[in-house]
Amino acid sequence: MARRSVAVIAGAALAALTLGPIALVLWRAGGLGALGPGDWLALRFTLVQAVLSAGVSVALAVPVAKAFARQRFWGRGLLVALMGAPFILPVIVAVMGLIAVFGRNGLVNGVLSTLGLPVFDVYGLHGVVLAHVFFNLPLATRMLLQGWLAIPSERFRLAASLGLGARARVRVLDWPMIRRVAPGAFAVIFVICLTSFAVALTLGGGPRATTVELAIYQSMRFDFDLGRAAALALVQLALGLGAGVLALQASRVAGFGTGLDRPLPLSAGGLCTRAWDAGWLILAAAFLLVPLASVVLRGLPGLVQLGPDTWRAAGHSLMLALGSTALCLLWALPLTTRRGELWALMSIAISPLVLGTGLFLMLRPYVNPFSMALPVTGLINALMALPFALRILTPEAEAVARDYGRLRASLRMTPLAWLRLVWLPRLRRPLGFAAGLTAALAMGDLGVIALFADPDRATLPLQVYRLMGAYRMEAAAGAALLLLMFSLGLFWIFDRGGRVGAET
Amino acid sequence: MKAPIFAAGLFLATSALAQDTVLTVYAGDYVVSEWGPGPRIEELFEAQCDCDLQFKPGDLLPRLMLEGERTEADVVFGLNTDVTKQARESGLFAPHGVDLSALTLPIDWTDDVFLPFNYGHTAFVYNAELTEPPTSFDALLDAPDDLRLVIQDPRTSISGLALVLWVQSVYGEEAQAAWEKLAPKIVTVTKGWSESYGLFTDGEADMVLSYTTSPAYHIIAEEDTTKKAAIFPEGHYFMVELAAKLAGTDQPELAQQFMDFILTEDFQSMIATGNWSIPAALPKEKWPEGFQQLDLPEKVLFYSEDEAADLRDEAIEAWRAGLSQ
Repeated sequence: MARRSVAVIAGAALAALTLGPIALVLWRAGGLGALGPGDWLALRFTLVQAVLSAGVSVALAVPVAKAFARQRFWGRGLLVALMGAPFILPVIVAVMGLIAVFGRNGLVNGVLSTLGLPVFDVYGLHGVVLAHVFFNLPLATRMLLQGWLAIPSERFRLAASLGLGARARVRVLDWPMIRRVAPGAFAVIFVICLTSFAVALTLGGGPRATTVELAIYQSMRFDFDLGRAAALALVQLALGLGAGVLALQASRVAGFGTGLDRPLPLSAGGLCTRAWDAGWLILAAAFLLVPLASVVLRGLPGLVQLGPDTWRAAGHSLMLALGSTALCLLWALPLTTRRGELWALMSIAISPLVLGTGLFLMLRPYVNPFSMALPVTGLINALMALPFALRILTPEAEAVARDYGRLRASLRMTPLAWLRLVWLPRLRRPLGFAAGLTAALAMGDLGVIALFADPDRATLPLQVYRLMGAYRMEAAAGAALLLLMFSLGLFWIFDRGGRVGAET
Repeated sequence: MKAPIFAAGLFLATSALAQDTVLTVYAGDYVVSEWGPGPRIEELFEAQCDCDLQFKPGDLLPRLMLEGERTEADVVFGLNTDVTKQARESGLFAPHGVDLSALTLPIDWTDDVFLPFNYGHTAFVYNAELTEPPTSFDALLDAPDDLRLVIQDPRTSISGLALVLWVQSVYGEEAQAAWEKLAPKIVTVTKGWSESYGLFTDGEADMVLSYTTSPAYHIIAEEDTTKKAAIFPEGHYFMVELAAKLAGTDQPELAQQFMDFILTEDFQSMIATGNWSIPAALPKEKWPEGFQQLDLPEKVLFYSEDEAADLRDEAIEAWRAGLSQ
């Protein structure tokens, strides 16, 4: 009973904070605005790039995650953590890193031109997809890797003792897991790509690469046409929800049941398998880490130029990240159900700009929104990270409830004992991953703070933009490196904390 | 440890400062950073006003429109001419009452609400390594297609909007055709100026849409004289930044004092290197050294706010259609 009311409160807060702002913006606008022909083109481009980006990310993640699940090697844990870094990078930093590799003066073109091959032009739809895969391949890989690691080792033993061949193992073990996890990963990435616009624009090469979010930005900030912004935000929301419903339908596949948590029998496979896995790991690592390395190299000279303002901004970001993480986890725990997850998907499909404006209108009558800059940003970051946290937690949480529910009933465990003895220990790994992701995302977020910014409470990503805006490109690269180190550090600490003692 | 202090700070911030009279100035985000003009303005003005000047950075116009008459702003600092029509029609602003005879703008300025504090012109900036930089807009359109150009989106950035108005002003009916000729040279379009300029300094492009005053930063702050603005005889679109006083201010005298301060020599001699723009009311011989070296256009193109508002959609559409071919 108590548990249910907590879930209801968490769900109601989620609904109020996602739908409330749109409703307020609508109310302030006096109704929905009309969409123009340009908006339909933007909608088409948005859909095409989001489907491609999510599809390619998930498809590539399957062999990479399988390789991680199957192979043990020195530095594996570090590689898993490092490869997660692109996802949490601020857009501007990631784009600069990608351009250092794929741009005109980039590494790839350097190699191509010494080989006498034609130059690769990164700008266009393929550039947008490339960037989105760079951001999201790590997320998809981690989700699938979690899926593989959640298969009880008894299943592998059984498969081995039945003498199943490689093909049969894929059919009874790998494929059902992929069927269960991949649609959710696709949906989350699809929705992330829906709301992208700075990446799409910069690497898309021009107005053909216009997304719905750009149209929202234009109508909010340039035309001050709130009605059109609200209409576009609703379209975006509908797309996100649609993707979520389809994904949840597609992933209704039974789980694998309980196991005794015995370590996975290591079977790295024959030479062929090992070479195949190594190939995928090397490709993925090069694709994800070389741009990161260029961010590090470019940033090093700028580190010494950072003033006290930048360090203060780093402090704010750190505080913000920790606050958002705590809030997000507390919020997520009661919502770890399919319905909760679907609700939460809304919060990334919502345009951050509309969300920020709605909250501004909501707070304005009571407090000065500027004095609330950091708490509001923290709240929004927690909200934005909620779908990721839930996507990571829900499958495990459902499995725990399903597999241990009878045990709980027969022992008449109190809710506290259940949490302490069964729930938390079994969810430690996904909890650590979710916390790391939330902290890193909050660290790198720029979206909403820009609307409420207060000179004394800037965050690190905002500081990067300010430095660039003041021509301090080198210092900006230094600040970006600082941001990368903080984000990665937070992610690593939380994720590590969740994995101590585990074989993963 | 920090969180409770921060929380306490939130509640105390308003009451602790209440003993001082506060002048609230909404400003663009770039103004308040430690390298922007904000800190200098604050220092200079507080020395003469016996008050507390507080900058509130962010998006100026959207925020003002949302807040309407309930805004806390006394003064707004950093509006751009291409959006003044919308701002004026909101009825939120009061006449500035400042004598405009001190202005040294290249155009006549008679507005009694919006007061200029600095200006520049839209220009394509390039590196001295570029052999044969285009010397006119026509030459730019006819340049070989391997000349690489980065510009900003007119739907998300004020400089991008100035560019489409510039093209509209030079080519009029032929604007879309001009964009079609320019299209192969445009590497990409970015959301804002910072991203474009970053691509340019990374060597991703030969030329970037920026301002005639951009080279001054490199000359003064980096002693680098290799960055140049290409000057076109067809003329350059003029960009001026403006301040205005809110009609509903609860500090009318302080706000007026601030408006009067803007055209004083103290303010004007600081703004060039504070905001990397040309001061609005300072004769050229008093500009900082690096600014005196700048190549500046002889012909200035400018639309009144009504013209700019009327042409805006048409100019953006010509851009979109021209680049989407």
